[in-house]
Amino acid sequence: MSTGYYGPFGGAFIPEILHETFRRLTEEYASARSDPDFWRDYEKLMENYSGRPTPLSFAENLSKHFGRKIYIKREDLNQTGAHKANNVMGQGLLVQRMGKRRVIAETGAGQHGVATATMAARLGLDCVVYMGAKDVARQRPNVFWMERLGATVIPVTAGSQTLKDAINEAMRDWVASMDDTHYVLGTACGAHPFPEMVSWFQSIIGAEAHKQILAQEGRLPTHVYACVGGGSNAMGIFQGFLDNPEVELIGVEAGGDGIDTGRHAARIASNAAVTGVAQGYKTYFLQDGDGQMKETSSVAAGLDYVGVSPILANLHEQKRVRFEAATDSEVMEAHDLLMRKEGLIAALESSHAVAQAFKELPNLPEDAVVVINLSGRGDKDIFTIADALDDPQWREFIIKKGNEYAKGQEKES
Amino acid sequence: MSQSALKSHITETLKRKPILLMSHLVLGYPSVAENHRVIDAMVANGVDMMELQIPFSEPSADGETIARANQSALDLGFKVDQAFEMFSQVTARHQIPFLIMTYFNIMLARGIERFIADAASSGIRGLIIPDLPLEEAGEAMALAKKYGLDWIQLLTPTTPVDRLVKLGAAAEGFTYCVARKGVTGKETNFDELGAYLKQCRKAAPSLPLALGFGVRRKADVDALVGQADIAIIGTEGIRIHENEGAEAVGAFFGGLRE
Ligand SMILES: Cc1ncc(COP(=O)(O)O)c(C=O)c1O
Repeated sequence: MSTGYYGPFGGAFIPEILHETFRRLTEEYASARSDPDFWRDYEKLMENYSGRPTPLSFAENLSKHFGRKIYIKREDLNQTGAHKANNVMGQGLLVQRMGKRRVIAETGAGQHGVATATMAARLGLDCVVYMGAKDVARQRPNVFWMERLGATVIPVTAGSQTLKDAINEAMRDWVASMDDTHYVLGTACGAHPFPEMVSWFQSIIGAEAHKQILAQEGRLPTHVYACVGGGSNAMGIFQGFLDNPEVELIGVEAGGDGIDTGRHAARIASNAAVTGVAQGYKTYFLQDGDGQMKETSSVAAGLDYVGVSPILANLHEQKRVRFEAATDSEVMEAHDLLMRKEGLIAALESSHAVAQAFKELPNLPEDAVVVINLSGRGDKDIFTIADALDDPQWREFIIKKGNEYAKGQEKES
Repeated sequence: MSQSALKSHITETLKRKPILLMSHLVLGYPSVAENHRVIDAMVANGVDMMELQIPFSEPSADGETIARANQSALDLGFKVDQAFEMFSQVTARHQIPFLIMTYFNIMLARGIERFIADAASSGIRGLIIPDLPLEEAGEAMALAKKYGLDWIQLLTPTTPVDRLVKLGAAAEGFTYCVARKGVTGKETNFDELGAYLKQCRKAAPSLPLALGFGVRRKADVDALVGQADIAIIGTEGIRIHENEGAEAVGAFFGGLRE
């Protein structure tokens, strides 16, 4: 347990009205953490409900292709198809301990929102998800599922109408509702204890991967790649290897249209971010000289965020984690190669880790053993990928479907 | 400016008025020119103190109306340098104390010391930074002291008594008591504040006490007389300005204490 600071980063920059709520949450988290039964219950739940441990798949064809051994940690096989399940189920158990009956969450692409909605359904909690109006408009399938699962989705029209604004809106709910409500933050960011607590739940990824690679390969990997949005899946897998300095850890941020275009979300790899305080914590933020947050850009909504985990910011300062960025077009290419060679449909977020590994593999020593964290599956990205490929049959299908709905509407009116 | 300037201004004014009014506005919204018009109208109608908010892109402690005003000001290109120009102008033109309200990142981006030194040299009397709790505020509070600015502590209904005492001991100028849970711009029940305000008073017995969040009409201000020394009116002023213009804002404040 830390005090919430990781070098110069972290802290708890919260309004006074939430001080007591955070104090109690920190206390509850500390007591859960020191209670071995809690973690055992958590592992049991994840085994039974989310298929854990997820496999560490040997990518035989890609390994032949690159001449180096490649393993893929299969977080895509979780309940709802991403590592997000680890965090929401862990926080769900904590909510039960605290006796609260309502959860709220922010979501960008909708992945964390869907995961929270499934947790709420399973644990019998009320659920409200805040989502930027722009994201609601472009992520209808996830909005559909959240609502089917019984959650209320509230479009946020403030600010840039994306993820960071959804976080602000969830905070506005929480300052009024804290008595019966827990805010299920979706990544390893925000005020203490969230960065540490979310990382703890996600550490299940790294603990498994460490054991699995030893069992399958008889040695630790030389390189571990993970994409970095807020940083939760990266923290998850990195924690399995932090104490092994010979393992190189690489965090891959969203390069968007390219770092030099300014349209990206590469806070650390771009060197463009400045230490600041927003959304409850101190870290590198992409901001202007006045301290106003900038708009970010990425083909992967889950990486499209102005801040980054304070724990990762510190691991960067300590040179323990190397940060790189993969551009949208590199990501689309890597996504395609992974699919063709291994039959894996990766989330565009996760494909950033894949893309960076593919860029580096030809130059790695021949005895390199690489682990890539496949944080989620790509079904959710079908619209984005079909658009990027400009797939003519897909377009025809959507037009036809659209026409059917339009006709239905005419009949009704 | 000596440490107690704000406090003594409040105490002096309380000899003439049953309660002080502190208004709030977001700089650059809807425009700098309109800000000046509204400030003139407020002062002409007896407003005793004013909070000037430097807009921030992540105003998470503010309710919908003020958050939208923050974003609009930024969309129109408002810069922090302009805010400091305005501080010099309004403090030269008006006798009442002005305070800065903003979020910590705006201060950090300018440099904490430079921000506070500039604020002091432009005639500002105090600072309200809602996302910088006592535990994180040490450096900024020390610098505010060095430059003679009052650092305003926020007390809330969820704050346990031992912490109220801690905040009260650190308070300068006046205490800012938040009326209820939730963000700015929502209803407050003024009949239930008595016990809470007594606790706040006890936490800082030598300081004037301000109450804000949800004060929007004469009846609210009336209910506070005898319980609080300052009524803080934020969102309602912005709403009236949006709907009826700067003159109406003046009339609104004029009518609150008639
Ligand atoms: C599949 C997937 N991977 C990665 C991320 C990025 O989040 P984090 O950096 O917290 O792992 C997201 C976020 O939505 C996601 O859905």
